[in-house]
Amino acid sequence: MHELGIVFYIIRDVKQVAEENHVKHVSAVVMDIGEVSTVIPSYLTDCWRWAADKEDLLRGCQLKVNTIAAVTHCDGCGRDYPTVQHGKTCPHCGSSQTWLLRGNEVEIKEIEVSETLNNVS
Amino acid sequence: MDEVKIIEIKKSVFADNEQDAASLRKELKDKGVYLLNLMSSPGSGKTTTLIRTLNLLKDKLRIAVMEADIDSDVDAVKVKEATGVDSIQLHTGGMCHLDAEMTRQGLDNLDLARTDLVILENVGNLVCPAEFDTGAVRNAMILSVPEGDDKPLKYPLMFSVCDLVLVNKTDVLPYFDFSLERCRENVRLRNPRARVIPICAKTGEGVDAFADWLVDEVENWKNC
Repeated sequence: MHELGIVFYIIRDVKQVAEENHVKHVSAVVMDIGEVSTVIPSYLTDCWRWAADKEDLLRGCQLKVNTIAAVTHCDGCGRDYPTVQHGKTCPHCGSSQTWLLRGNEVEIKEIEVSETLNNVS
Repeated sequence: MDEVKIIEIKKSVFADNEQDAASLRKELKDKGVYLLNLMSSPGSGKTTTLIRTLNLLKDKLRIAVMEADIDSDVDAVKVKEATGVDSIQLHTGGMCHLDAEMTRQGLDNLDLARTDLVILENVGNLVCPAEFDTGAVRNAMILSVPEGDDKPLKYPLMFSVCDLVLVNKTDVLPYFDFSLERCRENVRLRNPRARVIPICAKTGEGVDAFADWLVDEVENWKNC
């Protein structure tokens, strides 16, 4: 449900980077989205299409999503395990003294810009 | 062949909001204004709790309320009528949460020089508001008994960002399979620092403990 809000944030950031680099059109935006970030990639790309096409800079621009697997570290036994499968409780030793190592990312990784369209060097 | 140039960004989408929130918090500190962000699911009793609390505190502190909703001004009107406390309505325009910039726009409509405490009633939702720092000094949430004691397991982020959890509607405990002890344990798993206060906004039971917590918090914020 908050994907549209996140899309507005992405657009704001991409616009700023485009301006700094004198880019007139962006052909793709690449996102790193963690498995447990609460962002649903299909909702994000749907919201993206709706909002991005309203901007000259981003018309037709593709949103590519890299999914980052969630990994939790256990302080009890020192091992790591996949978060989505086991949640907060360590499958190795049963401890709940665990914390998320990665998988919470909502990051703009990079943007792709066509050189012929933009005449950039 | 069209050459594609890659421009690396590597930046969290929330980074700008977090900066806005931090600078808003600093401004509030300089002005001696305490902002509480109150969150919960729809129907947990945020507005009723607020009315009870405001009636206990309005002679001790100078308070203002910001009601955030997708639409309508029923909450702002209700709070003002029931307590006489200044209350403004913010509309999120379809968005499911408030961010620091929207919060700042709301605060611009208040007389902060004559305010000690601002309570922001966020949009009723356990997912999105947890993602966006509003610039508040503390986050509090209400979990009502009919929602179940397993909510901290289902919405971990909300519980991990809250400093205070009010367990509301304790008068209906006998009719629900809700254990306060289990609830405390589930909150502790997500956030060992969070304080849990059981309340009943309808009868007023426990609301004084919340009011006392707020008075201490405002005092500390102004003096430390």
